[in-house]
Amino acid sequence: MLVPENLKYQKTDEWVKVEDGIATIGITDYAQDSLSDVVFVEFEIDVDDEVKVGDSLATIESVKAAAEVVFPVSGKVIEVNQTIVDTPEILNESPYTEGWLVKVQVSDESELEKLMDAPAYDAYCQDR
Amino acid sequence: MFTPHTKHDVEVMLESIGVGKIEDLFQEIPAQFRYPDLNLPPRLTEMEAAAELESIASANATTKELLSFLGAGAYDHYIPAAVDNLLQRGEFYTAYTPYQPEISQGTLQAIFEFQSLICKLTGMDVSNASHYDGATAAAEAVILAYGHFRNKRKKVLVSRAVNPQYRQVIRTYMQAETTLQIIGDDPETGIEPDMQKFIAKIDHDTALVMVQYPDFFGRIIDYTQLIETAHQFGALVAVAVNPTAMGLLTPPGEIGADIAFGEGQSLGIPLSYGGPYLGFFAVKDALLRKLAGRLVGETVDADGKLAYVLTLTAREQHIRREKASSNICSNQGLMTLAATIYMSLLGKHGFQQVANLCYQKAHFAADQLSGIDGFSLVDEWTPFFHEFMVKCDEPVEEVLEHLLQHNILGGYDLGQDYPELKNHLLLAVTEKIKREDIEYLCAVLQEENHG
Amino acid sequence: MAEPTIFDLSVAGRKGITFPKADVPETALPKGFVRGKLQLPEMSEMEVVRHFTSISQKNYAIDLGFYPLGSCTMKYNPKINEAVSRLSGFAAAHPHQPADSVQGNLYLMYSLQEMLKEIAGFAAVTLQPAAGAHGELVGTLIIHKYHKDRGDHQRTRILIPDSAHGTNPASSAMLGFEVVPLPSDSRGNVDLEALKGLCDDRLAGLMFTNPNTLGLFDENVCEVVKTVHEAGGLVYGDGANMNALLGVFRPGDVGIDILHFNLHKTFSTPHGGGGPGSGPVAVAKHLVDYLPDPLVGIVEEGDEENAPLYGFIHPAKSIGRIKSFNGHFGMHVRAFTYISMLGKEGLRDVAEKAVLNANYMQQKLKGTYTLPYDRRCMHEFVLEGFWKDVPGIHALDIAKRLMDYDFHPPTNYFPLIVHEALMIEPTETETKETLDRFVEAMQKIAEEARTNPELLHDAPHNTPVRRCDELKAAKDLVLCCYVGDDWPGEIV
Repeated sequence: MLVPENLKYQKTDEWVKVEDGIATIGITDYAQDSLSDVVFVEFEIDVDDEVKVGDSLATIESVKAAAEVVFPVSGKVIEVNQTIVDTPEILNESPYTEGWLVKVQVSDESELEKLMDAPAYDAYCQDR
Repeated sequence: MFTPHTKHDVEVMLESIGVGKIEDLFQEIPAQFRYPDLNLPPRLTEMEAAAELESIASANATTKELLSFLGAGAYDHYIPAAVDNLLQRGEFYTAYTPYQPEISQGTLQAIFEFQSLICKLTGMDVSNASHYDGATAAAEAVILAYGHFRNKRKKVLVSRAVNPQYRQVIRTYMQAETTLQIIGDDPETGIEPDMQKFIAKIDHDTALVMVQYPDFFGRIIDYTQLIETAHQFGALVAVAVNPTAMGLLTPPGEIGADIAFGEGQSLGIPLSYGGPYLGFFAVKDALLRKLAGRLVGETVDADGKLAYVLTLTAREQHIRREKASSNICSNQGLMTLAATIYMSLLGKHGFQQVANLCYQKAHFAADQLSGIDGFSLVDEWTPFFHEFMVKCDEPVEEVLEHLLQHNILGGYDLGQDYPELKNHLLLAVTEKIKREDIEYLCAVLQEENHG
Repeated sequence: MAEPTIFDLSVAGRKGITFPKADVPETALPKGFVRGKLQLPEMSEMEVVRHFTSISQKNYAIDLGFYPLGSCTMKYNPKINEAVSRLSGFAAAHPHQPADSVQGNLYLMYSLQEMLKEIAGFAAVTLQPAAGAHGELVGTLIIHKYHKDRGDHQRTRILIPDSAHGTNPASSAMLGFEVVPLPSDSRGNVDLEALKGLCDDRLAGLMFTNPNTLGLFDENVCEVVKTVHEAGGLVYGDGANMNALLGVFRPGDVGIDILHFNLHKTFSTPHGGGGPGSGPVAVAKHLVDYLPDPLVGIVEEGDEENAPLYGFIHPAKSIGRIKSFNGHFGMHVRAFTYISMLGKEGLRDVAEKAVLNANYMQQKLKGTYTLPYDRRCMHEFVLEGFWKDVPGIHALDIAKRLMDYDFHPPTNYFPLIVHEALMIEPTETETKETLDRFVEAMQKIAEEARTNPELLHDAPHNTPVRRCDELKAAKDLVLCCYVGDDWPGEIV
C-alpha cells in the first residue's frame, strides 16, 4: 500500500497536500483498495463554496460500496476535478496524482497540524 | 396446518437441542409477559375461511355488479386472462427480491423488460423497477429534485390539477423540511387550462415544477411553454402520466419532461379497493444517478452468457444507510410483472386501441350528458382524454345517491377536494363501457330531472 | 440459451388481443397532441405466455424449495390467500366507492386492525403503509411530529443499534434526524451503558429490532425501554422479526411506543419477487392521534339487529396521508385470512415451531461453522461464513455453492457486525427432513472448502446463469432493451 511521505492524512482516508496556501485533496490508496472498482463519483460541492473540516466533499460508489469523502481542511473551493466524473477508474489507478478531487484555498493552515503524517497514517492502516 | 411437525419430530428436535419442552426455548422473554392470552376469534379451517371470506366479499357491491364511471386515479380496464394466469405461477409470486441473480433471472428479466416498456411508453431514457404507487412516486420526484440542487433551491411548484392525494403525500413526506415551500396549488393560482398564473411563479429558486398529463380533470394541456419557462430558470419538470393515454398522446419525454412518473394500475392491475398498485418512475439520462429504488441492468455471467443483475445498488439503503437518498427497499415486483405481461399482450395495436376506445367513448358520454338539463360540461374547449368534469345544478350528493339506486357509480365528487368545484362531478369512461351503458346513465339522469 | 426479450420476439403485425370496435360516433383526435410512434412489442398471446412461463422457470421460489433467507421470513404462502383475494367483491371494488357499498372491505380492514392490535399489544393500527420501510417512515414521521407538537425541537437524534437493517437509518435520515449508532454488547444485546450515555434531551427515539437481526431476544428489553422513556424518547419497534413472538410476547406490553408489521413476512402474504409488501403500523395510546389519515373505524355503532357502520375516521394530529387510497388492500385480505385460520393457538404454534426449527439447525451447524453469539436463538441465527484455516473462502462462496445443492442461500454479509455473516431463518413451515438435508449440504460444503475449494469459488455450476459480472453491469450500463429509432412503431 502506498503512503507518500509528502502528504498529510485524515482518519477517514483523505490525503491533502498544501502548496502556497492551496490544498489539493484526494483519497488514499487504502481507501481505493477497500472500495475496489469505483464506478461513480458525485461531488457534493461547487467551485466557490466555502467549506469547513468534516463537510461532505463527494460520494464515491463502487459495485458493492459507497463512501463519503469529507474535507480535511477549511477554505474556499477553487477547482473540482471533473475528469474523475467521466473516468472514475482513475481513482483506482492513481489516487495520489490524476485522481485528485478538489483544490481549496486554505483559510486556516493550523488545521493541518491535526492531521496525520505518513508514518502515523501507515501505522493506523496496519491496525485496521 | 402450515406447520408440518409430528409429535415425534418435536421430541427428536428438542432432544438434539438439549431441552425438555418447547417452552424452554423462550426463557429469555421476561416471564410476566410470556404467553399473553390473545383475544382473537376461534380459528377456522380452510373450508370455513373460504366461506367466511366469500360472505365478507359479498357484502360489497362492486364494479362487477354496478355500472361504474369512477376514476380519479384508479380505472376499471379489461385485464386479459393470461395476465393473472401467469402471475399465479409460484415461481414468480413466491420468490424474494432478486438479490441472487443466478437463481432469479425470471424476475430480473421481467423487470428489465418493464423498464424498457416504461421508457418506450413515456419517451424517457431510464426507468426504475417501480415505487409503491403514483402518490409515493410523486413524493420521490420531489425528493429527487430537492436533492438534485443539494437543498439549495427552496421551492417546489405543484399544479392544483395534480391528483389531490399525490399532493397530500408529497406534503406528508416533506414535512420535516421546514425551509422547503410546496406551492402553486392554492385556489388563487387555480386550475385555468392556460396555466399562466402558475407559470408566473417559476423562478430561480424553483427546484421542481410538477404537472399532470392528462391532468386530474382528464384535460390534455399543452405544457410546451411551461416546460420552456422552467428550463430557462434551470428547474426540473416532473410530469405525472396516465399510462393508458400514452397509447394516443405525445409522450412527456418528447415535450421535454425531466421526470415522468405515474400510477400504473391501469396496466393490468385490478382495482382491488386501492392496492396494491404500481408507481412507475422514469428520467432522462442526466438524472440517472439520482434515481431511487432498484434498477436492473444487463451483463454477462462467468461463461460470457447474457444475464441480468440489480445494478447501481450502492445508491440504496442497505449500503448507504443514512446517506441513502430514499429508504425504499421493496418495489412492487409482482405488479411490475402484471404491467409487463399486460403491455406485451396488448402490444402496439391493443394499446392504441384501448386508448382510442377510451377517448371515443368518453367524448360520446360527454356529448350526451351535456344535452341533459341541469348538467353542463366544464371547460368544453379544452381537449380531454377519458375523464371529464360535469357541473350539476342539483347537489352532487343527491345525484350520486339517485344513480347508485339505479346501480350506477356515478363518478367522483370534486367538491371533496376543491371547494370551488362544489357540485362538480368527474366521470371516467374506459373501453369496458358500452354505448348502451352511457345511454342508460343519461336516461337515469333525465329521470332525476323530471322525477 | 438466454431467453430473448419481448422486443426480440416482436414481429410487426402480430396481435395478442383485440378489443371490440368503437360503438359510438367518432370524435377527431386532439390536434397537436397525437404521438407518431409507439414502440411496443407485437406478439401473439401464446408467445407471451411461453415467454413468461419460460423466464419464470429461471427463478427459485418457496414453491420450489427451501429458502432460509435470514430476516425475510420466507414461509409458505397458503393458496387459499390467493383464491380469496381474487373474489370479485374484493378485486373489483373501486377505492372511491361510497362507504356503504363496500362495508365488507371496511369490516375486513377494521377487523385486521383489531387483530394486529391484539397480537402485538397496541392501541391502534394503520394499514396504509405499503411496505416495512414505508411503515418505518410512518414511525419516524410520528416521532418527529410528536416532539415538534410538544415544543421539543432539540430532540434530533435517533439511536440505531449497529445490527439494524439499513432501512432504519435511511428512514430516520429522511426526517432529518441525526443517526447515532448504538453498539451491541458481548451477548448481542443493546449495550445498556452506551445507551445510558446517549440518553439526554437531544434524544428523539430508539429504533429497536427485537429479536434483533442476530436472531437474539434482547434480555434487557424492559430496561432499554425504561431508559429511553426516562430520557423523553420514544421506542420504535422494527417488527421484521415478529414471527418469533406471535402468541408468545407482545411488544406493546413492555411499553414499546410504535411498531411496524411486515404482512409479507409474518402473515404469509407473498413476497412477489420484491413486492408488493404491506407494513401496517401499530401505536400506543398516546400516539393514536398521530396516525396517517384516514383510518378505518366504526362511524355508527351497531345493535342487536344491525351491524355497525364502518367508515373512515381522521386522527386529530395526523402526520397526513402516506399513500394513495387505503394501503395494499389485497394484502390485507390475505393476512386476515391467514390470521383467521390460525387463531391464538395457531399463532403461538407458528412462533414455537419457527424457534424450534432455528434452534435445531443452530445446534446441528455450530460445530462446523463458527457461531459468534453462542446462546439460545429465536427464529433465526447467524454463523460466520469463513474458517481461519481455509484462506480464500468467503461467505459468498458458501452461499453460491448452496445453489448447486438446490437450496436458496441464507442472507449473507448482513448483519454488518458479524464478519462474513450467514444469516439463517428456516421458518416454521419446513419439515425436519428438509432441515436435515440443508444441514448435510452445509457440512459437505465445509468439507469441500478444504478438499476442493475451486468447487466453491466457481459455484454455482447448475443454475440458469453462473456468477454475474456486476462491475460490467455498473460500468457499461444497459438498463433497457435496445430499440433503435428504426424499430417499427409507426402509428397508422
